[in-house]
Amino acid sequence: MTVNTETTYEVVCRLDQIEREGGVTALVGGEAVAVIRTFDDQVHALSNYDPYSRASVLARGIVGTRTVDGEDVPFVASPMHKQAFDLRTGQCLDDPTVTVATYDVRVVDGVVEVGPRRA
Amino acid sequence: MASHPRHLRKQLVVVGHGMVGHRFVESAISRGLTETYDITVIGEEPRPAYDRVALTSFFEVGAQALSFLPSGRYDDPRVTLRVNTEVVAVSPRQRIVTLASGEDLHYDELVLATGAAPFVPPVPGHDLENCFVYRTIEDLEAIRDAAKKAGKSGVGAVIGGGLLGLEAANALHQLGLETHVVELAPRLMAVQVDDIGGKTLSRHIDSLGLTVHTGAMTEAVLGDKKGRVDRLALKDRNPLDVDIVVFSAGIRPRDALARAAGLDVAERGGVLVDESLRSSDEHIWAIGECAAVGGMMYGLVAPGYDMAEIVVDRLLGGEGSFTGADMSTKLKLLGVDVASFGDAHGQTEGALELTYQDAVSGVYKKLVISEDGKRLLGGVLVGDAAAYGILRPMVASGMELPANPEELILPTSRGGLEMDLPDDMQVCSCNDVTKGEIKEAVSDEATLNDGGPCVDAACVTAHTRAGATCGSCKVVVKKIVEDHFAATGKEVDRSLCQHFRMTRQELFDVVAVHGYTRFDDIIEGHGTGRGCDICKPAVASILASLLNHHVLEPGNRQLQDTNDAYLANIQRNGTYSVVPRIPGGEITPDKLIAIGEVARDFGLYTKITGGQRIDLFGARMEDLPAIWKRLVDAGMESGHAYGKSLRTVKSCVGSTWCRYGVQDSVGLAIELELRYRGLRSPHKLKGGVSGCARECAEARSKDFGIIATEKGWNLYVCGNGGAIPAHAQLLAGDLDKDTLIQYLDRFLMYYIRTADRLQRTSYWMDSIDGGLDRIREIVVDDALGLGAELEAAMDKHVESYFDEWKATIEDPEKMARFVSFVNAPGVPDPNISFRDERGQIAPADNEGPVALGPTIPVGAPR
Ligand SMILES: Cc1cc2nc3c(=O)[nH]c(=O)nc-3n(C[C@H](O)[C@H](O)[C@H](O)COP(=O)(O)OP(=O)(O)OC[C@H]3O[C@@H](n4cnc5c(N)ncnc54)[C@H](O)[C@@H]3O)c2cc1C
Repeated sequence: MTVNTETTYEVVCRLDQIEREGGVTALVGGEAVAVIRTFDDQVHALSNYDPYSRASVLARGIVGTRTVDGEDVPFVASPMHKQAFDLRTGQCLDDPTVTVATYDVRVVDGVVEVGPRRA
Repeated sequence: MASHPRHLRKQLVVVGHGMVGHRFVESAISRGLTETYDITVIGEEPRPAYDRVALTSFFEVGAQALSFLPSGRYDDPRVTLRVNTEVVAVSPRQRIVTLASGEDLHYDELVLATGAAPFVPPVPGHDLENCFVYRTIEDLEAIRDAAKKAGKSGVGAVIGGGLLGLEAANALHQLGLETHVVELAPRLMAVQVDDIGGKTLSRHIDSLGLTVHTGAMTEAVLGDKKGRVDRLALKDRNPLDVDIVVFSAGIRPRDALARAAGLDVAERGGVLVDESLRSSDEHIWAIGECAAVGGMMYGLVAPGYDMAEIVVDRLLGGEGSFTGADMSTKLKLLGVDVASFGDAHGQTEGALELTYQDAVSGVYKKLVISEDGKRLLGGVLVGDAAAYGILRPMVASGMELPANPEELILPTSRGGLEMDLPDDMQVCSCNDVTKGEIKEAVSDEATLNDGGPCVDAACVTAHTRAGATCGSCKVVVKKIVEDHFAATGKEVDRSLCQHFRMTRQELFDVVAVHGYTRFDDIIEGHGTGRGCDICKPAVASILASLLNHHVLEPGNRQLQDTNDAYLANIQRNGTYSVVPRIPGGEITPDKLIAIGEVARDFGLYTKITGGQRIDLFGARMEDLPAIWKRLVDAGMESGHAYGKSLRTVKSCVGSTWCRYGVQDSVGLAIELELRYRGLRSPHKLKGGVSGCARECAEARSKDFGIIATEKGWNLYVCGNGGAIPAHAQLLAGDLDKDTLIQYLDRFLMYYIRTADRLQRTSYWMDSIDGGLDRIREIVVDDALGLGAELEAAMDKHVESYFDEWKATIEDPEKMARFVSFVNAPGVPDPNISFRDERGQIAPADNEGPVALGPTIPVGAPR
């Protein structure tokens, strides 16, 4: 693997290695990160760690949309107990007090790169 | 007198192993009376207690299915049952009972539960050959044999047109005899219904081809030269040529033992007991039909059960007492609904009557109302007894009538039941559930349904038991639930989730009709958004049931719950457990060793499951394919422990080895497990096969359970264990194997097509109008003509089955997903760690995410 030192983006995989509405787990900076691709080919990265079950599993959850205040929110549901997390913000849709970390992510020439953890 | 052994523990003897005697023993065991007493039960019939109330179904289902104690013994070693044994004397002074063999048994306490005997009027010829009564299985066997001999043109007469007489007439009719009912009184069911009700009933019965003679007195039964029944002489009428006579002219309590022992008996018969059910001797109790509480005997089973509980309570030092019973009855006689409740004959001072009659459709309803018009006292319903569920509790609770009480008996199309019942009114008398408790179960605060309120009547029945026993209050439960939702402005939303505004069953039909194979087409055509963790697995399951494709096909696998997506069961720390199929629980030593070696080599925690197989825990996702490969190479395959699909068909040892077994339960269990393996369904499915009535496979706690009989197999359906256990119900009896499989194919496919998502078979049955009877009509009688289609669908499943594990390890494309990290496939996830417990691994908890630290050993090939 390559580590792009200037930008601290890490190459993770090719986009076509992630299924639509599926996810992969990547090791980024020593941490497990769920990299998820939505139906419209947006790619999101969030911590793979599900704070409810305390297990590293979110990349294995079901991806879909939920209507919140009239807007279609893309989410992943934890495969353990089904809590849904907003893919864009890491916000738990079932409990406003819980959030998981998210990461910057980009697709360059069909290659997915994960950047630093967002504040 | 023979000397009797002195026992250290107190001795309790029960005379009579009928419905009430059995209930007494069961309750004595469960309430702990056997901690202080040894119990000996003496029964005169050749078999243990059985369901006499359902006696007529003996012709359909056989003796086995009626039995309350098929194994012939109680699970408590302190209880001894002796059948085929008659008690001939009781000596209260010495506290001894004497058996027909001459053997004496000492007792400290004696419970008489000898029941009642049919009354045979002393008409000449009443003891000729082919004269019968209708009380025991032996009676029915004899009637059946005689009917067979009488042949096609045989004629039978039942003397007595009461409740039991009509049951007997029904039986003769079903046995193919031309059937007459001879009743002395001017109407049928004189005890329960009034004149017009009786006439309405007569018309129904006439129209079925039976002949009713009311006001007819039997003078003699005349025999032929061989001493067999030939004719029935009736007073002032033409005689009837008959081959068989069944006497059903009432019952008499069996109090002969008590009389001979010098105990007080009631004027009209029965062991006289007080409210504590104690006789005139302080150590002798009487319960059931042989007992006359304050002089009154009760010819129904429910009061007998109450009496049994009270005596157990008394012997435990309690204060229970019997203060009378609700003699209301509702039954279906020859397909006609008949109900009678409360003061059916208007015997209360000044009582008023309100009647509704529709001669064309044969409906008659009568309400008996108090003089001031304010309370309902009782009533009679013939032809349409739907209102029974609401009327009987109105009598019991004494609530005030609405201003227009006639609405209560008018047909529903003309208004019908619209009234506000008080919350404390008891709706279900079998399980003592009030209207208030039903409303509580659906209120927003309720937590009994997985932490939330119930959403429909079936759920309320499952959680409160309202309507779970006799079912007569089900309509009322449904109405209360619907009214509650209507009142709170909540539409009863049956849609699957926010993406599909339809039920699972509707969605199933949509997918089948359009022939869809992809989620994307389905949601585009019939849903909104991109789906969620509810509709995606539901669609995946429907597609799997219809197509039986690999669940990990591209486009399909993102729909699966994680267990299906990784063909293994996720555990608390994100690892998986692996269960190879062990059909029927039978396994060779070689395979057992192979499983052990796999567990050892991969460091897995090993446990035997309740379904007779072996679960291997703690497998990291990336290790799954290697584990499967080892198992597949050793001749094993996926056990689908992860799927909403068939799990196991559990079996006992069966006739091959077991000295009690009557059929090869293991062979059948294996055949069924292999037939239905991989079948995706709305919820998990479990089966069981027992090789004899001892039921060691616990088949009746399964979605489908099969119990061997001497003649074949009994098929039970819709049971489950778990938080709310349900016993499977008999669908059909004494089946040969081909018919059994045919019915099972139909049953399972019908369930798969019509059940809601995550609705197990018992709930599904409760949600179907008509319940088990309806399922039987569809599966056994093929009433919808769906049989062939359902069987074909199952055949297709069986033909297209393949092992998902093998197909996965053989396909590099599918294998690509089984890595810990897409960019570091050799690095195990640091979030997973184990500790040691009893010599095996156990998951270790982490307080937060675990990172690998600054030196990142990425990319190293394994
Ligand atoms: C066809 C039919 C339909 C019925 N339908 C209904 C219904 O719909 N609803 C309802 O509530 N009830 C119904 N009943 C009545 C119900 O079956 C009885 O109320 C119930 O069986 C009474 O239970 P029991 O234990 O008191 O008597 P039983 O069940 O008769 O048991 C008494 C037992 O004691 C044995 N016994 C007697 N004397 C001795 C002795 N000296 N030594 C050893 N054993 C002895 C008898 O052989 C018998 O096995 C029906 C009955 C019949 C026959």
